[in-house]
Amino acid sequence: MQENNLTDFQQCLKCNICTEVCPMMEVNPDYPGPKQAGPDGERYRLKDPAFFDKSIKYCLNCKRCEVACPSGVKVGDIITRAKLRYAHPEHQLRNFALSSTDLVGGLASTFAPVANPVLGLPLTRQVMDSVVGVSSKANMPSYAEKRFEKWFSSIEETQSRYEKKVNYFHGCYVNYNYPELGQDFVKLMNACGYGVRLLDKQKCCGVAMIANGFVQQAKKAARTNLASIEKAEGPVLTTSSSCTLTLREEYEGILGQDCSAAKEKVCLAVKWLYDRIDRGEIRLAFKKGLKIKAVYHTPCHMQRMGTQFYTIELLKLIPGLELSVLEQKCCGIAGTFGFKKENYELSQKIGASLFEDIRASKAQMVITDCETCKWQIEGGTGMKVYNPITLLASVIE
Amino acid sequence: MKEFDVIIIGAGITGAGTARDCALRGLKTLLIERADIADGASGRNHGLLHSGARYAVGDPESACECIKENMILRKVASNCVEATDGLFISLPEDGLEYRDKFLKKCAEAGIHTQTLSPQKALSLEPLVNPELISAVKVPDASVDPFRLVSANVLDARLHGAEVLTQQEVTEIIKEDGRVKGLKVLDKSSGTVNTYYAHYIVNAAGIWGAKIAEMAGVHIGMLPAKGSLLVFDHRVTRMVINRCRKPANADILVPGDVVSVLGTTSDKVPFEQCDDMKVTKEEVDLLLREGCKLVPSLAQTRIIRAYAGVRPLVASDDDPSGRNVSRGIVLLDHLKRDGVDGFISITGGKLTSYRLMAEMTADLLCSKLAIKAKCHTADTPLPGSEKSVKFSSVVRKAREMKMDTSVIEAAVSRHGSQVEAMDFSGKGSELVCECEKVCRAEIAYAVKVLGVKTLDDLRRRTRVGMGPCQSSYCVEKAAKALAEELGDTSLSEELKKDYLQHRWKGIVPVCRAEQLAQAEYLRNKYGK
Repeated sequence: MQENNLTDFQQCLKCNICTEVCPMMEVNPDYPGPKQAGPDGERYRLKDPAFFDKSIKYCLNCKRCEVACPSGVKVGDIITRAKLRYAHPEHQLRNFALSSTDLVGGLASTFAPVANPVLGLPLTRQVMDSVVGVSSKANMPSYAEKRFEKWFSSIEETQSRYEKKVNYFHGCYVNYNYPELGQDFVKLMNACGYGVRLLDKQKCCGVAMIANGFVQQAKKAARTNLASIEKAEGPVLTTSSSCTLTLREEYEGILGQDCSAAKEKVCLAVKWLYDRIDRGEIRLAFKKGLKIKAVYHTPCHMQRMGTQFYTIELLKLIPGLELSVLEQKCCGIAGTFGFKKENYELSQKIGASLFEDIRASKAQMVITDCETCKWQIEGGTGMKVYNPITLLASVIE
Repeated sequence: MKEFDVIIIGAGITGAGTARDCALRGLKTLLIERADIADGASGRNHGLLHSGARYAVGDPESACECIKENMILRKVASNCVEATDGLFISLPEDGLEYRDKFLKKCAEAGIHTQTLSPQKALSLEPLVNPELISAVKVPDASVDPFRLVSANVLDARLHGAEVLTQQEVTEIIKEDGRVKGLKVLDKSSGTVNTYYAHYIVNAAGIWGAKIAEMAGVHIGMLPAKGSLLVFDHRVTRMVINRCRKPANADILVPGDVVSVLGTTSDKVPFEQCDDMKVTKEEVDLLLREGCKLVPSLAQTRIIRAYAGVRPLVASDDDPSGRNVSRGIVLLDHLKRDGVDGFISITGGKLTSYRLMAEMTADLLCSKLAIKAKCHTADTPLPGSEKSVKFSSVVRKAREMKMDTSVIEAAVSRHGSQVEAMDFSGKGSELVCECEKVCRAEIAYAVKVLGVKTLDDLRRRTRVGMGPCQSSYCVEKAAKALAEELGDTSLSEELKKDYLQHRWKGIVPVCRAEQLAQAEYLRNKYGK
């Protein structure tokens, strides 16, 4: 019985450790914190939905509360489910545009030569700010002229050379905004002796739809993706921490889908690679004479999955890379949160301390596994931020 | 020396209701209580506003009383009552024979029923035992007994009654065979005061036997202990009953934000009545039976156990004392024992308290030759006068960006009385996070509801009644209360007293999550 499984809030011992680690509480007195918005609020909402408080919208779903909870309460899930169930929609058009990455990305990349300069115009940003509610100060990603899927179909033939194959869930970011990451992934896999296959059909994982309350659309995306994953032969690799968390955890915890197939097959490329190198099945040959100083930022969702160590250990293999791992802090973007006009300041305040750490490190670049962290850090520090796969692809022979 | 028309002993629901009725009729009234309001059985029951269905088969008279009073209280005590409705479910081992009789008897008592298929019942209450073979919907409701007593006491006060708590009767003064007054020990100051009245009403529940002895009359009473369990949250929306002859643990009531399961029923000696402890065996029995109503209770966190004593009264016409009177017992001791100036009101139920109060006040008025009529059936209690959803106080609190759940919690507990609260400044500070009690509510409870200790505060606001059982908030609550009482040095003592009280109810249910919570509490404050 579904209702029965959704009562893990009763394991909360009210120790308030979650409120200690919540990045939103530190900067926003209007947010009552994960304990009150989550387990405390849930008891009352069960009595009567009238007890729902809209300040719950400030939850970033960073899941640091879940990592901290000594009793294993899925605080973030409780809050997100409450948002989906009780919140009255606000800024529908903008939120739909921000979360419908496949629709908007498809259009924008088709018209990228026009769209990018126009979207970057001060006037356009002004209009988007005042009419649509997308902050004119936020660092918006640009759109690629050639979608990843299109590029891939042009080289797909070359992949048949490889006997062993992996599937790739590229996600909307790689497809519309940054196909280079996908290309790097293919390059890296090929260098390891594996060919790449795309899923039969894939949609945006839906993380933004969940965050913006479009539960039906998110469920539709989940069902499409889960069906493709189930059909896929072999592992389904990913290059984004948030997509991975969504496919493996949120489909079940938030959307109530059976995602056993995703749990079995979906794996971060860094973890998959680390495991094989560790077992001696793959050896990477690195370029000589490298000299790179980089810092690694652990995305909140990476920490939730406990997978940051795979990235860190892989990076340590690169000769000549001086890597330091930053103290884990939230960058403040939380997917689409920081793009919204009303949240921009909060988002920057949350990220400020991380930006400070990065600047103080005097590193040449930042490595992280999340695309939205990348935009936020690039906007906040002016530094270049790369996915570990990109870095690895650039340093192998 | 003060003289009253009537002194009522015991601020449980019966005493509070009687005091209110008397005050509304213009009698000069004094209500005295040895501890705090609703400290006895009135605060230790299911919080069920019976539809009467439970009594329909065995006690038709009580059933009729219940349904009438149920309908009255929905209106006049709307702030204390939640019209949840109730289900009587039949399990395979119960069969349908009892149900058919039950339906017939409910119809005779005027209790509206609706028979539901198992599928329909499960769609309304997905967590009830899926093996049920039938369900009957009845107009049961959930009532908050603390709130109900408090509202009666408040209204009695507003109509001129004096209310004294922490006052123990030490002697009943009789002159020429007539009860004239009382000697009362003021527990806080240690002094003994004397009060005189034309009539004294004994509404002391099970302790009424002792009061009667003091007046030189005997009431045969049998203390029957009933133990209950409090679950962390609302498991069902409706009251869930077993459709069979009343037995152990066959009622689950959604009370405020928790679920209450009970009860057991065991005769206990009088000596135990002041210190009821729930045993492990009782907890096991309650859980075992409760899981037949709602199987998921086995995985639901139990936050507390408590027990109350039903004042069962031996029938006057049975010298053996084995036969127990059903229903309301109003004793005119002049008629019964030749002792004038003394009346006892006992038996009955939480649901029928208003009727008991009316009967008592009617008797008093006839003796005092006062013609005043009873108005309690159509005069709303304080807090239940109107809806405050859009009142200026609530709107202001919203504008201050106070958490909706905290405002709603105050409204749900105090109804239109929230208009007497000041949410500005410190008032908006949240004190008890589980139960969403803010500083404004505490200030109000001290000023208007006569709160002196944290336990008093708990009964009026739910402070510390949530899952953490005050582990997180007790410090804050003690400090806030001490400040409101105007003496910050009280804080430590208030805290210590309260933790003792809480601990008692946690011990019997120290298992699973609550064991961890108890460890947390003990480590934080136990040293």
